[in-house]
Amino acid sequence: MTVRAAELVMAVFMTICSLAIMYKSSDGLKIGWIPGSGPGSGAWPFWLSFGMFLSCLVIIYRWFRRHTPESNSTEPYIGNQESRIIGVTIAALFFLLLGAHIVGIYFSIVLFLLFYLKVLGGHGWGLTSFLSLATPTWLFFFFEAVLQKPLPKGYAEELFYPLYDVIYGKGGSVVTLMVLLGIPALGFVPPLLNWFRGRAAV
Amino acid sequence: METVLEPLLVGLLQAFEPLNLMMLVIGCLIGLFVGAMPGLGSVNGVAILLPVTFLVPPTSAIIFLAAVYYGAMYGGAISSITLGIPGASTAVATVFDGRPLAQAGKADLALLTAAVASFIGGTISIVLFTLFAPPLADFALKFGPTEEFALMVLAFATFIGLGGDDIPKTIFSILIGLVFATIGLDIISGKPRLIFFDIDGFLHGVNFLVLAIGIYGIGEILWTLEQTKGDVQVHKVTTSFKSFVANLKRVREYFPTTVMSGVLGYFVGILPAAGATPASLMSYGLAKTFSKDPDSFGKGNISGIAAPESANNSASTGSMLPMITLGIPGSPTTAILLGGMIIWGLRPGPLLFSEHPEFVWGLIGSLYIANVFTLIFNLALIPVFVRVLTLKFTILAPMIFILCVVGGYVPEQSLHDVWLMFIFGVFGYLLRKLNYPVAPAVLAIVLGPLAERSLRQSLLASQGDAMIFLERPLSATFIGIAALLALYPLFAAWRRRVREATQAASDQ
Repeated sequence: MTVRAAELVMAVFMTICSLAIMYKSSDGLKIGWIPGSGPGSGAWPFWLSFGMFLSCLVIIYRWFRRHTPESNSTEPYIGNQESRIIGVTIAALFFLLLGAHIVGIYFSIVLFLLFYLKVLGGHGWGLTSFLSLATPTWLFFFFEAVLQKPLPKGYAEELFYPLYDVIYGKGGSVVTLMVLLGIPALGFVPPLLNWFRGRAAV
Repeated sequence: METVLEPLLVGLLQAFEPLNLMMLVIGCLIGLFVGAMPGLGSVNGVAILLPVTFLVPPTSAIIFLAAVYYGAMYGGAISSITLGIPGASTAVATVFDGRPLAQAGKADLALLTAAVASFIGGTISIVLFTLFAPPLADFALKFGPTEEFALMVLAFATFIGLGGDDIPKTIFSILIGLVFATIGLDIISGKPRLIFFDIDGFLHGVNFLVLAIGIYGIGEILWTLEQTKGDVQVHKVTTSFKSFVANLKRVREYFPTTVMSGVLGYFVGILPAAGATPASLMSYGLAKTFSKDPDSFGKGNISGIAAPESANNSASTGSMLPMITLGIPGSPTTAILLGGMIIWGLRPGPLLFSEHPEFVWGLIGSLYIANVFTLIFNLALIPVFVRVLTLKFTILAPMIFILCVVGGYVPEQSLHDVWLMFIFGVFGYLLRKLNYPVAPAVLAIVLGPLAERSLRQSLLASQGDAMIFLERPLSATFIGIAALLALYPLFAAWRRRVREATQAASDQ
């Protein structure tokens, strides 16, 4: 699809959305002035979406008249190479969110990172395994223990009961601190080793 | 002056409190990192990190986020100079002369110049902020709902007039942001509005963070994934104490340019449609125009680094002035900070000075300290940042996505919001490819509820007579300036056509 085509498609799509919002704003709500009360509840969104509708009509008009760079451009909207990486990334994100409903966010993150780092990024198993396991672990201790904001766990909720015993049991604060500081510290070990090796070689 | 010094001293002491100081230091470090990474900027960092601040008191939260904002202004130069890729849009102008200097083996000179200029610009703007904030807040106390609404119209008009983007698309972006702000329960009647497909998740409205993280988190990374295909070359940075001293002595070469850019950046930063990006570009242009050797710009002139770096730091502080005193953000990042303040239970505006002076002066005091800390960290940690820049984007991108997902979930603890964020991110990316500006939408979703309340209160007071906005002098002034700004692009286009026609006629 060229940029010119995409410009028209987007403008038409937004026009339809504007009309839909106008309809929804007036559905059961007053869009005019109510004596003694002021503007109706639907007035503000209705007239704003009417403005959106007019803007879209102007964009479409300018497309026909070729007044904008986008309406003249025959460049691809998204190139072949780019569409692969963007498409795969969007799909991976979609499955990350879908997985959050089923197996919970933590396991979903593991699968997402395994795919992204190994398949898309081509990284080694060492780095992939470390990040895939360390990231959700760190997030679990940070959100559950420190912020006390539980993240969704889906059908895998029961698997986390032993970890709750750790966090809220005796010594839970110490374990939490060790995990939160230890995992980032582990991440610095490989570059430090490389640096020492370089110095030793000199 | 005495009315400023005493609360400023209190604010400085507050910024030195252990929790606040810790948040400030962490914020500066994170900001430097965020600014240095291509594809991330202050707005991304602040949007993604805002949910983390729910853990701390509001004063500590704003100090942290302001430090992130500040640090990102410093950090943007690192990527611009060593990679040739702007760390953020605010550091675009730094590439013009920073990259050629690095290619000539003088990356250390370029980085030091950027750091020192940032410090000078930051200092100028913080002093101006301290002096301007209390009188502007006093002036804003005269505002009623009519003036508030007119001021918001002016804020939106500056996007149309000065934003430089396609006007119908800018207007569309503003309006769609305002519409998103109406989703949920009507503030006056309590009736549900725009509950699409009867999904219950819409009943609590669309949190501005969902839009902000979607656009500036997910959308931005998709954009960067598309743009940064191919290898990036990191220039080696070698430095020694001797070269550090020698480079420091060259400050006097660019000191006047830096001061001028700092002052300019501050006033540009105050404008809602502006912020650090146009401030840095304008300063670069002016520095080149007034230079004795304009042809050397673009080839490694250190004034070409000093000017934009001073301006972007200065503009970041300037953009906080209308946010704090008027409740109008001066940049996309301050729009998110404003939203954060509302979430923390604070009402941005002139009453903040009287109702929460510890918040305002704590923020102002922290800016002085953040300026010093960020300079020290920037100079000391340059080798670390350069090392971090070699981190592959295929490692960084999924980490940012995960941060966005959990950040989008935390405010309302709803996966509905995360899905919305994902949709906003993908659409934001697609719209951006067609030159739809996204910053106005974020500003609009933050200001939307305030604008609607002010409008309805004004119309109720006037029994439905819209002329009230023109009958009150301040409101009429704001509306008049807004109209001029909105018409300015049409005037500029007409003048361009006349000039082209005259040129064509004289060529014949």
